[in-house]
Amino acid sequence: MSSTAVQPPAPRVAFRTNWWSRAAWIALAIYVVYAMSRLEITWDRFVLGLGNGAKFLDRMFPPHIIQPDSLLKGLTESLEIAFLASALGILISLPIGLFAARNLMPVWATWPARAIIALCRTFHPVIVAIVFVKAVGFGAMAGILALVVASIGFIGKLFAEAIEEISLKQVEAVRASGAPFMSVIAFGVMPQVFGRFVGFATYQLDSNLRNSTMVGIVGAGGIGGTLFSAFQRFDYDFVCAILLCIIGMIMAGEILAQWVRKVFLERGKVDEE
Amino acid sequence: MSTTLVPDRIDAKTWTRFTPGQRFARYTVYFALVLALVVSARSVEIIPEFLWDAPEQMQDLFKRMWPIAWAHYPGGVHDALVETLHIASLGTLFAVIMAIPIGICAANNVVPSKPINYLAKLVLVASRSVNSLVWALLFVGVFGPGALAGTLAIAFRSIGFVGKLIGEALEEVPRGSIEALQATGSPWLSILSKGYWPAVEPAFWSIVLFRWDINVRESAVLGLVGAGGIGLALNAAIDLFQWDRVAMCLFAIFVVVIVAEIVVTQIRKRVL
Repeated sequence: MSSTAVQPPAPRVAFRTNWWSRAAWIALAIYVVYAMSRLEITWDRFVLGLGNGAKFLDRMFPPHIIQPDSLLKGLTESLEIAFLASALGILISLPIGLFAARNLMPVWATWPARAIIALCRTFHPVIVAIVFVKAVGFGAMAGILALVVASIGFIGKLFAEAIEEISLKQVEAVRASGAPFMSVIAFGVMPQVFGRFVGFATYQLDSNLRNSTMVGIVGAGGIGGTLFSAFQRFDYDFVCAILLCIIGMIMAGEILAQWVRKVFLERGKVDEE
Repeated sequence: MSTTLVPDRIDAKTWTRFTPGQRFARYTVYFALVLALVVSARSVEIIPEFLWDAPEQMQDLFKRMWPIAWAHYPGGVHDALVETLHIASLGTLFAVIMAIPIGICAANNVVPSKPINYLAKLVLVASRSVNSLVWALLFVGVFGPGALAGTLAIAFRSIGFVGKLIGEALEEVPRGSIEALQATGSPWLSILSKGYWPAVEPAFWSIVLFRWDINVRESAVLGLVGAGGIGLALNAAIDLFQWDRVAMCLFAIFVVVIVAEIVVTQIRKRVL
């Protein structure tokens, strides 16, 4: 087939070797080895752990509810924390998100609002809960406040981004009719972002529900406290029962959130986390 | 917003935005919401005495935190901080390794078998439903306290997130190039690596970066249950009421999280 008479043009390589990407993969492999040695992650420990894991699982099953009233109380408290924190958080984050939107607000307003949002987003709710436990004592109040902070960070940011993406034509039209500022917000801005807002709000409720089961670990109310104390008492079968209840509650919450989204939105799609 | 404006009867004089069913559903949601709020607000246990002196307590807290114990950083915080970063990175990496096959199994166009899809999706949902702190508790029980438990907790929590997004990205790959490859008779692995991979590569890297950013945040708290990282230093300082050291740890976490976010946004802007 090949003819030697005509020198063929330099053959085109279909899949050229990318030395940069190979170097990056090698660097990654070196990093993994280094990091694993630094964290003392070894195969022996892993295998040893697997033996423990079998024992652990054996003690977890069958799940056994030792203190039904404590479980029920914890679950309802978690639910209450999630609801109240979402409502308060959304209420507070709306003005903050509005102030953070750069297309509507002057710089002196966006700057502090963005700083608040960044500060609220940085810390995990459980860490914020520690600070609030010190401030308002043990109990549901600390959990509510911690999740309010988390909600402000999340909804404030997304709400500001949603407002920045709106079409300014409608806003201008409302302004041109001589509407005062609040009416511009209510009739020019809100209708454009309401759909996405429902998405964030249901997502945040879902996320608060997940975190409200955890803030109890540091004493901020909810089922987390029951879980942690059961764990420390080595009542692994009760731990398993609690976990199953939490998972059930979260899944029910997810289904409920989806249902609410369907009521308010035609195409119920929302960004994850 | 609602776009379907299908009138039931064309001759109807009055136009309504929603059908009665839609309106009923909306009012039901509003009603349930208000009811849930009222019930929770009435029954939640809040001790008012604690609330009244909250400002005082806060002031006291900040006063104790104030001169931040900078001197504590080299000895007590630096190593823990680096450990946190390693936990986040390694955890993300392990998660990606485990999530790729599960994500592939969850994508119906790659693995056209409903039972396998559902099984994979069940695994992903289970992974996401359990909080990383709970995963950490479990792995501390299994492997003992330390960074290994933290790394695995981060990894297992991330599988659901990464796998779900990979599966969704795969399902959006257009059929064209895949069919072309199938027509040449390429084996299964080549279709994956030369057909699907180039189509999902940008999405893949952005998912990984996104999750790494989240994991840096989450790995900072794992130490509270004994799973290594800066949370251990934080927990020790809290237990000893050394609030200036607590402030140091919080400041370190703040800086690392902000830097991680800046790094991720810059990489996304420039490379992806």
